[in-house]
Amino acid sequence: MNRFAPVGDSAVLVELASEFSEQANRQVVVLDQAINSAIDDGRIVGLVETVPAYVSVLVVFDPLVTDHDAVCTAINQLDATGAVAVEPRRHHVAVCYDLGVAPDLEAVAAHSGLSPAGVVEAHLAGSYRVVMYGFAPGYAYMAGVPASINVPRKLQPVRGVAAGSVIIAGGQCLITTIEMPTGWSVIGRTHFRVLPDQPDAPFAFRPGDEIVFDRITLDEYEAAP
Amino acid sequence: MNPASLRVVSAGPLVTFQDGGRIGHLRHGIPASGPMDRTAHAIANVVLGNPAGATAVEVSRAGASFECVGASLTVAVVGGRFRTSVNGATIGSNIVVTLVPGDQIALASGSSGSWAYLAIAGEIVAPRWLGHTATHSLSGLGGGRVTAGLDVEVSAARADPILDGAVAVFAGNDLVDGAVRVVLGPQDHRFTAQALQHFVAIPFSLTEGFDRMGVRLDGPQLDLDAALSIPSEPIVRGSVQVAGDGVATVLLADHQTTGGYPKIATVVGADLDAFCQLRPGDAVRFVPVAPAGAITTARLRAAALEKFFDNDLLRTRQLARRLAEADLIGDVGTD
Repeated sequence: MNRFAPVGDSAVLVELASEFSEQANRQVVVLDQAINSAIDDGRIVGLVETVPAYVSVLVVFDPLVTDHDAVCTAINQLDATGAVAVEPRRHHVAVCYDLGVAPDLEAVAAHSGLSPAGVVEAHLAGSYRVVMYGFAPGYAYMAGVPASINVPRKLQPVRGVAAGSVIIAGGQCLITTIEMPTGWSVIGRTHFRVLPDQPDAPFAFRPGDEIVFDRITLDEYEAAP
Repeated sequence: MNPASLRVVSAGPLVTFQDGGRIGHLRHGIPASGPMDRTAHAIANVVLGNPAGATAVEVSRAGASFECVGASLTVAVVGGRFRTSVNGATIGSNIVVTLVPGDQIALASGSSGSWAYLAIAGEIVAPRWLGHTATHSLSGLGGGRVTAGLDVEVSAARADPILDGAVAVFAGNDLVDGAVRVVLGPQDHRFTAQALQHFVAIPFSLTEGFDRMGVRLDGPQLDLDAALSIPSEPIVRGSVQVAGDGVATVLLADHQTTGGYPKIATVVGADLDAFCQLRPGDAVRFVPVAPAGAITTARLRAAALEKFFDNDLLRTRQLARRLAEADLIGDVGTD
């Protein structure tokens, strides 16, 4: 059963599950598509945008036009069948795991009972899928981090983490696009750009895409553009 | 006609181009950005006859100064009580003034407020990202930072000295005794009963950790009732997020779009602009309202703002123009 939670004066958070699973996330995608087609058809009025996440969909509305109750009722009445899955693509991302660009690799190793090399092996062995964009522009959250390197967030975000950092926390992985504070662990660095400077295609990934990480040395990383 | 511009003489950190905001890209990890004080930004534009969401320069407490180049420009400075001066002479805050080439206008932090808007009659030319000049401050995407040496170009510039003078103040923007209205949730169930009680019973104050992304608060520690690693969930402007150390942060214009730290409450839109104008050290207390009550705050405020635009700003503009026309006719008659 969906849980509806009010978010201020202009949004409702629809939670489909309390823990991440592939199945819960597929339901998120289906609900997100159903709401957006209802917006397009004019079957729901007053909605501004929706934000699909791991196990929830945020529905933003115009409080001058509608309200929390009306939006919840309309979503409950939606027929969420018939959503079409988009064909996933596969992307290769070259990552340097040298300690000089992976400041948290040793801490992750200590937490996991592995050597730093063991953490890298585990990370390379993961099967990654883009679940959603979140946090900051182009931050594509990936599921698929092996349980052996599932570390919690730090108690406080660390400022000044460089763009192109490969970071993990709570079974999630992503590539940073800009210098930002983060409470996640930095385990590598890449030149891959999730926000290529292309007006026609401003985002490299689509939710559902598969990501394969390939290891490169520090020399190879520094030689690349 | 000569191109008109404002050459940036000096600008502190967090001085940026902002239009009304880049709404609709939360699903790509992109917050709307736009002005910290959306009301002041709109007033600065509307008083000059620009669209409410036109590009303006957002000035932080660090201040900025500009020199008029090429042709005369009419500008508005609206927002916190910044000390505005032209060629060294203070002209007050919340004001419209016409500059001639060579004039220097400076905005400096005054008695209160954290943000002021410099709007220009005409259209400021600034880089767009996804259709908007609103600047996401941490990435610089959008119009970008306004830094010394830059020429702020203006197309279709209008010099309109009859608009010069004080700008009416929108009274509906003020907090009453530091009360900030919130809707509890969406993750209030993640907190201890004591944390929820302290959140509404004990005042908080703003800290120096204050930028366009958000502001960290000083106040009671808010303990979580559950583990930290919950699946990341979407965030909105006004979310009150509590990190693992029990410290609350209110997320603002350049907020992260999702996060795994629980959100104890969300500030209503009607109180956000005034909240953003507070300064480090200022005290606030959170007053919970029901969702239906929050809808009412949004509707009352929208009606009050519309009335302010119609009655106070536009009528003042029209009156100024009629008086100017009457003067002109009078002058002709006495010739």
